[in-house]
Parts: sequence; C-alpha cells; structure tokens
Amino acid sequence: MTVRQVCISEVRDSVAAGKPTAMEWTDRFLAQIEKENPKINAYLAVGAERARSTAAAIDEQARKGEPLPALAGVPVGIKDVLVMQGLPATAGSKILAGYRPPYDATVVTRLETAGAILLGKLNCDEFAMGSSNENSAYGPVRNPAALDRVPGGSSGGSAAAVAAGMAVASLGTDTGGSVRQPASFCGVVGLLPTYGRVSRYGLIAYASSLDRVGPLTHTVRDAAILLGVIAGYDPMDATSSTEPVPDYLEALDRPVNSLRVGVPAEYFGEGLDPEVRAAVERTIEALRQAGCSIQPVSLPHTKYAIPTYYVLATAEASANLARFDGVRYGFRAPDADSLAAMYRKSRDLGFGPEVKRRILLGTYALSAGYYDAYYKKAQQVRALLTRDFVNVFQQVDVLITPTAPTPAFKLGEKTDDPLSMYLADIYTVTANLAGICGISVPCGKSREGLPIGVQILGRHFDEATTLRVAQSIESHCGENVARA
Amino acid sequence: MPISKDDVAYIAELANLELSPAEHARMLQDLNSILSHIGQLNELDTGEVAPMAQVSEQLAHGSVSDPSPPWLRADQLRPSLDRAQVLASAPDTDGVFFKVPKVIER
Repeated sequence: MTVRQVCISEVRDSVAAGKPTAMEWTDRFLAQIEKENPKINAYLAVGAERARSTAAAIDEQARKGEPLPALAGVPVGIKDVLVMQGLPATAGSKILAGYRPPYDATVVTRLETAGAILLGKLNCDEFAMGSSNENSAYGPVRNPAALDRVPGGSSGGSAAAVAAGMAVASLGTDTGGSVRQPASFCGVVGLLPTYGRVSRYGLIAYASSLDRVGPLTHTVRDAAILLGVIAGYDPMDATSSTEPVPDYLEALDRPVNSLRVGVPAEYFGEGLDPEVRAAVERTIEALRQAGCSIQPVSLPHTKYAIPTYYVLATAEASANLARFDGVRYGFRAPDADSLAAMYRKSRDLGFGPEVKRRILLGTYALSAGYYDAYYKKAQQVRALLTRDFVNVFQQVDVLITPTAPTPAFKLGEKTDDPLSMYLADIYTVTANLAGICGISVPCGKSREGLPIGVQILGRHFDEATTLRVAQSIESHCGENVARA
Repeated sequence: MPISKDDVAYIAELANLELSPAEHARMLQDLNSILSHIGQLNELDTGEVAPMAQVSEQLAHGSVSDPSPPWLRADQLRPSLDRAQVLASAPDTDGVFFKVPKVIER
C-alpha cells in the first residue's frame, strides 16, 4: 500500500497558509475513502456534509488570519461506539441499525472545537467485543498491510483507516487491548490513556470500569497532540478525573537516559512469536543505547489476568447491554405478541454470537450462588494484579513488553475457538484491569512484512513519561512514517 | 464446575435471550471451555484481599472520602434531551410515549 502518510502538523500548517485548504484536504481524504474503503471496510458511515461544513469554517478563519485551533483541518475518523449527533451509531451491531444519536460524545465535541474534520464512523467488533474485527455485523475489516489478515480489534476500523491513509488520526476504544493490539497489527501508534483521563460520555458502554477512549495515529507526537485535546475532567462523566492535564508535548523530546525501564519476565514466556520477541528485544537494546537503565522485574499475577478480565468485563457487559431491548431505539423484532417475547426476540435477532456468549457468561458470574465464586473472586484478583503494578513502579518508571503475542493472524484463523481468541489479549488486559496508561508503537516488521508493535506501560496519569519513551523508540526504530 | 443444558436455559432466561437449539448447544460447549479456564482463579488465596470494584477507588482523585466530591452536582433542574429528537429513533411511538406490546397477559 503506497499511500503518503501525513501528520497533524503538516495539515495544520498548510491550512494556516491556505495551501492546501481544509476543504481540499477533506476532499482528498473523502476521495481516498471512496477508493480504498470497498476493500478495507473501515468506514461504516461517512459524514461528508458535516466534515465540509467544519472545513469551510476553518478556511474562513484562516483567510481572516485568525489563530487556528490545535487540530485545524485535520481529518479524523471516529469508532462507531462513540456517538455523533445525526450520524448512524451501530456499535458494529444489528441491534442499533438505523439509530441516530441525539447528542455528541464529549470527545467528539472536543475534537470539533479544536478544528478537526470528522470524516465518519469506523467499523469495529460488535459492542467492542473482539480482537480481530471479525465480530462486526457489517463485515470484517481487512488489514491494509496484508488484505488476508485481520487488522486486530475491536478498533480494527480505527487502525486500518489510519494505516490506509483514510484519516490522519482516529479515535478508538480500549477495554482489554482494543486500541493497542490493532495499532500493533496495522503498524500505527495506539495510546491507552489512564482510566478517568478521557471522558466516556457518549461512549456506548461495554465494561464501565475498563473502557477507555484512545487515539490511533501515525506518530507518537500526533498521539500526544490528540490526548491533549480530548483529556480532562468532564462533569458529564462521574468517573472522569480532576487530575490536571499537563502539556504532553513539553517533555516529549527530552532524553530518556535517566529513566528506568522494567522488563517483566511474565510477558516473555511461551506463546510469544520468535519474530515479535526479536523485534522487542532489539527495541530494549535501543533504549539501553539511549542510556535507559534496563531492569528485569516480575508481575507475578499476570497469568490470572485473562480469567479475571473475562469475568469482570462480561459481568459489566451483561448489565450494560440490558438496555438493548427494542423499546426505545434500534431494532425491534416484529410479530412479538408480548413484551417479554419482544425483548427476547429483539435481542436474539439483534445480537451476534460473541455478544450473546459474553452476556451469558457475565450473567452466570453475577447470578445468585455464583457471585462470590466468580465476580467477587475476580474483583479480589484485580486488586492483586493492580498491586503488582504499583509495587513495580516503585522500582522502575515504565515497563516494556510486546503488545501482542503474534503479528496479525489470518481472517478466519481463530473464529472457531473463542478461548484462543481471548488468550491473544494476554499482554494488554492487565493495563485495563489496573487502570494504568500505555501505548503501542511500531518497532519492526516480520519476515512476511507484517507490522510488529512494542508496548510501553506507565504509572497512573504519567502519560508524559510513557510518551517520552515511545518517542525515543520511534526515533530509533520507526520506519512507518514518511514525512514530507 | 461444568454447567448443564438446564443452566444455560436458566441463564438465557435471566438475560432475556432466546437461543435456538443449535445456539444452545454451541453456548454450552463454549461456556464450559471458558469457565474451565476461569477456574484458575481458585489457585489464589484471596481471603484477606478487599474486592476492587473500580479503578477510581484506588486513586486519590474523586474518591468517596473526598469531602467535596466534584462528580456530584447541585440538585437543580436543567434541560435534558429534546423529546422529538429522542422519539425520532423509537420503533413505535405516539409522539409522547414509547409504545410496546402488552405487558400483562389476561
């Protein structure tokens, strides 16, 4: 795929000069979507009218010589679990077919206020449940790096759109790895902000104690810029944090030689593809050359992260998805002769198999007689997993791990065995359980040319250090960014 | 602990899901496979550990011990969503209410 990748600063600077204008950039990206989307299937809906209206307003400001906001003219895609007023929001599901939200998500409002051109809604696994974007009711997304491969999930459309030049950046969501893993599979940057850093108002909820909104971009700098725009307290989200938002660009280029980087043994065990291991080890060596102190560490409860996640996330999901019942919005099964029948038929016809599986699992874990054995137990193990991180961050400033155990697998390869799909999340779910921040950065390619990502994990609200280490990695190992 | 066909039927009823016989059989197999993996959690002794319901409790910011929690607003009426816009998405409405099939069988 030979598409010239542009970054935020290139677009914004050119829009300020009026060459090209925001409208010209918008038309260029809309044309790229028309050309590439039929084979990639990243976009479910394109909002050309709204995009052009924002572009016209930005160009008017530029013509008058007024100062332009941080994302002026920058084309961005939005994962279809985040609502945009008047545009379809499907969450990748048939149960929301035809639904048009009456409001904007806070992150959407913040992006538009910063001048971003919102191009449309991006395909994803149904209700953000999946690791390959094969669970979408609207067809799978294909990996632009290799069309017979998955882009990862659940934010597969978000990663693929950026990788294929159909957006300069996108928003995805990450509940168990769904921003970082597709970023790794598609060769782009994916940031997981600390829980509470970014508002969830307007995010169709999957698991409320785990869901995060995060940017996918070509470069670490662009991820830092986007985070600065979307981060911050929101009175509409009771879990959003009042922790002040620092200037994420300020420390980005500072040398990393005073930093301590931990390498957790449990993330380098069996099941890790040798080429991924080699790429990550080369990255660790690059950080050592840059002067970082590299230390072996241990996160002893790591192996319990997947079972913990699949109890807590599914339990929360079973509660969050109870609202999809055919009453107020979305799909309602016709010919139901009673309310109860309407609920059951609408949900049976509207939900896909993975969603049903997780609802059933979660319902079981919460049901009388099993609550203590499953749900309460998982909450206790969550506390132990979090304590592992808090302890380790006394010794080191960040952790470095692979993002995923393998590069992108083939479409259909893991769809028969749900458990094997779940086990692919092993390196990412821990950060969601503990609430900490993280990022995936491209660090190499497999012999077959498939992207490989490396993950940096940081302390709660220490995105600045995480980004700084990621920036250093990108400067030493980055090969996916073609700048003008 | 493995679950039975009847267990799946019971859980489906709790979750308001109607499963076809093929789906039922598939779910029984998948759920048992996943639950057997989840059983690993019993290897850990968690007797003294407080359950962690959400991340926010672990952070000092906006915790329930904060005397002036920022997440509670003053109890004042203010506009919500526009009714017409909300009802525009409704499968069946009379313009004021959401209309549904009868609730009570007589």
